[in-house]
Amino acid sequence: MTPICGWAGSMPSRLVKGVERIGHRVIDALWRLGVASRFFVLILLHSGSSFRRIHLVIKELFSTGVLSLIIILVSGLFVGMVLGMQGYDTLQRYGSEEALGVMVALSLVRELGPVVAALLFASRAGSAITAEIGLMKATEQLSAMEMMAVNPIARVVAPRFWAGVISMPLLAAMFSAMGVFGGYLVGVKLIGVDEGSFWSQMQSAVDFHQDILNGIIKSFVFGVAVTAIALFEGYDAPPTAEGVSGATTRTVVTSSLAILALDFMLTAFMFRGEG
Amino acid sequence: MERTTIDLWVGLFVLLGLGAILVLALKVGNLGGVNMSDAYSVRAGFSNIGGLKVRAPVKSAGVVVGRVSDVHFDGERHEAVVILKLDKQYSFSRDTSASIMTSGLLGEQYVALETGGDSAQLKEGDKIKITQSAVVLESLIGQFLYNKAADGGEGK
Repeated sequence: MTPICGWAGSMPSRLVKGVERIGHRVIDALWRLGVASRFFVLILLHSGSSFRRIHLVIKELFSTGVLSLIIILVSGLFVGMVLGMQGYDTLQRYGSEEALGVMVALSLVRELGPVVAALLFASRAGSAITAEIGLMKATEQLSAMEMMAVNPIARVVAPRFWAGVISMPLLAAMFSAMGVFGGYLVGVKLIGVDEGSFWSQMQSAVDFHQDILNGIIKSFVFGVAVTAIALFEGYDAPPTAEGVSGATTRTVVTSSLAILALDFMLTAFMFRGEG
Repeated sequence: MERTTIDLWVGLFVLLGLGAILVLALKVGNLGGVNMSDAYSVRAGFSNIGGLKVRAPVKSAGVVVGRVSDVHFDGERHEAVVILKLDKQYSFSRDTSASIMTSGLLGEQYVALETGGDSAQLKEGDKIKITQSAVVLESLIGQFLYNKAADGGEGK
């Protein structure tokens, strides 16, 4: 049956195609989400064995935590120093440069520490995890493990997950402490803000539960998100060179967006309605 | 790398991280400040607390002696009830007066305690009877304008 008018006849079919494509995208995304959550549950189910063989976790802690130390410490120091300079510039306009310590500490402990450390962690450790697991899959090491009746999730994935979850809050705390030290260096030693009021105002304004504990909870959540995304992307990567590189890129992009979105949600819950 | 070296580095890493949390808690935060486990609480009613918030300091002679632990409204007496947590090592007489002050012109508000002459001491759960409310800037300006207008009327 030929359409009477080609243009009019193709309109509905093109519309149907478009709707089909949207549907396909949605189903695809949902399917992937389902696979990812099943993968996450599998990791949690197989975590017991990774704690029984703790040296696997320790080995991964070395590559995710210790090797990220330099970048975290140096970035923390510089972020703190820049905060000190910029904060002083703004605060001295209102004649309240003694509040510099409060500003530096609160912005680091509440926001910048967890978020920037998590972003650095995603690009430093997350990408490495994805590339490693993707390459393991491409060279069929994971299949070889299964052949030997070794569960690759228990042997390879779960230790990396817990190493990431453990090291993230520690790295974020180091970032914040380093940043406060950087702010102190610039604010007190370089510019000459009064040292006593720098620390005392900071101590009276920063609350352990409200600020520091919430920051640690944030970085813990980011650690879970970044590591889970990195592991899933690696495990799910097509076993080709191109597939692994694409998965590595996706890890950094997805986990950065996840960090920022989660940060907004957590901040809305934690600091809502607080004077 | 050898396993003992890795263990050493990871141990250092974990210790460094915990140390950072400790530094944040003690040096940056106020966990090392006034120890609130050793405290007693007293109540004080105010007709207006202004902008007083929970966790605001309680000072006597300018020294922090405690914190505001709760603020709520008494529906029967129509006044604000402020619960003050005071450090155990400081004792105040029963006729101590409490007033809400502002540090600086626009600073945070705090509760100032001024001790009286009674020999009996404030105990857990006591109520401070003599209180002075916060000075609300708007009502102060309104009062000033009203007085000014009244003066002007008399002068004519």
